[in-house]
Amino acid sequence: MKTVIEKIFQTHSKEEIKPGNIVWITLDVVSARDFGGPNVVKNYRMFYKDEKVFDPEKVFFTFDLTVPPKTIQYANNQQICRVFAREQGIRVFDVDQGIGTHTFIEEGYALPGGIVVGTDSHMNILGAVNCFGQGMGDVDITFGYRYGRTWFEVPETVKVMITGDPEEKFSAKDLTLKVLDVLKTDKLLGKAVEFYGPHIEGLDLAGRITLLSMITEMGGIVGFIPFNEDTADEIRDLNGLDTMPDEVRADEGAHYCEVVEIDISGIGGMVSVPPYPHNVKRISGLGKVKVDFGFIGSCTNGRLEDLETAWRILKGKHIAEGVRLAVVPATKEVYAEAMKLGILSDLMDAGAMISNPGCGGCAQGHIGMTGKGEVMVSTGNRNFPGKQGDGDNYLVSPEVVAYSVLNGYISTEEGV
Amino acid sequence: MAAKEYLFEGRVWTITDNNKQLIPDIDTDQIFHNAYLHITEIEKMGQYAFDNLEGWKDFSSKAKPGDIIIAGSNFGSGSSRQQAVDCFRALGVKLVIAVSFGAIYKRNAINSGFLIMIFGDAERAVSAGNIANLANVGVDLLSGTLTNVDTGETFQLMPFSKVQKDIYDNDTLLKI
Repeated sequence: MKTVIEKIFQTHSKEEIKPGNIVWITLDVVSARDFGGPNVVKNYRMFYKDEKVFDPEKVFFTFDLTVPPKTIQYANNQQICRVFAREQGIRVFDVDQGIGTHTFIEEGYALPGGIVVGTDSHMNILGAVNCFGQGMGDVDITFGYRYGRTWFEVPETVKVMITGDPEEKFSAKDLTLKVLDVLKTDKLLGKAVEFYGPHIEGLDLAGRITLLSMITEMGGIVGFIPFNEDTADEIRDLNGLDTMPDEVRADEGAHYCEVVEIDISGIGGMVSVPPYPHNVKRISGLGKVKVDFGFIGSCTNGRLEDLETAWRILKGKHIAEGVRLAVVPATKEVYAEAMKLGILSDLMDAGAMISNPGCGGCAQGHIGMTGKGEVMVSTGNRNFPGKQGDGDNYLVSPEVVAYSVLNGYISTEEGV
Repeated sequence: MAAKEYLFEGRVWTITDNNKQLIPDIDTDQIFHNAYLHITEIEKMGQYAFDNLEGWKDFSSKAKPGDIIIAGSNFGSGSSRQQAVDCFRALGVKLVIAVSFGAIYKRNAINSGFLIMIFGDAERAVSAGNIANLANVGVDLLSGTLTNVDTGETFQLMPFSKVQKDIYDNDTLLKI
């Protein structure tokens, strides 16, 4: 009787999969970004010289952080990766492509039951497609490039039941922040999590990505939500595959180290107030907070659905005077779709600046930073001090960013 | 393979706030800010250790080789950057002890042969003054014992796992 993570490990290991055991697992995809990537190359050359990577079809670079590079150092670092990739016959998803994890979903490299690792701490968004995604540092990834395997301490699994009967409308981000508020950073530390309940199982793929991306901010390893009747089709619509492995579900009677019930009856517009993500409040109790800068994007909220949400609110209107809004689609595919649908031009008319796809807005890269005293409302996932500048960064849903840049104050549909 | 030390002494830095409590959830942007992520040479990383952590921004100028850090829960949460481990190695910090570690940070430290130990009761020991900042402590990695050399008091840490010892003995995962 095994949990989802234990079953995925079992198909990738010959050893006994039991929480606490340290086992060797094989990796389906090993990747590095433009942060971490050059360090991987440096390690690789130092320790493995001219040896070939374990399988060039399963090893990648994904450039998504400073894209295109804004300094010579970043340009040099990316070029170090490209040269290595050419020598080794490895594919590079280059600076035009967008966020690596999202690319792996769209290109069919992240699949149900698979294991994908990379130098991205939000690799666990791949849980949304029932794939174990794990962020790693450059030493770990160097070893993975060479051998296609790694050691792992089998984590325990927490079962979270989402219950309740909310009266107000809520978004996937509101639900995410509510869950973060309850679980904080300690309940899931070093553990896997499975979510159950109609409110969560009803989420579309974009909503699942939102929630599961922030397992990192909860201290967890990875999260899974059982597919609903549309989930597999949503994934296939993106990756274009005719057939896809079946979803891995937990066995009846699997052992959970803890079962937590989260009643979301009182949920509404939620906000994570700086200086840390788990400092979650209801917007209705926040008071008047003036906004200088809005950001819609990131691996948490950069899907087409997120852009559409903001577009429905902002179309035909204009953001408040003195406020800036940046929109960063997660990937080239999202960007192209949003362009075809006229979403980007409408958002521009509403006062937004549109950036090329990538991690801009979170990573210190594109679309700028905040200055001291400035307030940013962001659909990202982190608001630690100094992360996006000297200003204060409030984490919210795409709806709330849209209403906030319209009103000039952090607000929901109901107003400030 | 160089012979490894399992027993040593050092001066501790207790990473506390103004109320002398260990700071929880110190994330990788506070340890090594993303503004410096273009750096790939370890020797250049030390100067930025904790330079975005309120109250500890001058840590790199005060730390000496052989020092030991004691930190709060979920230390190193956040990004996957190896630099958040390597910046301490660059300063010669011998060991980081924490109530708990972020999962990726823990792997990054273990895989690069950098010493970390888990001390579940650290918050109490530090707030009660049983381990003061700049105290001298002795560490036994294999039994997981921490001794306050100044007072003789001992504390139990979580002992090394086999994989952690194997990698430490070989310097890095990359030599296994």
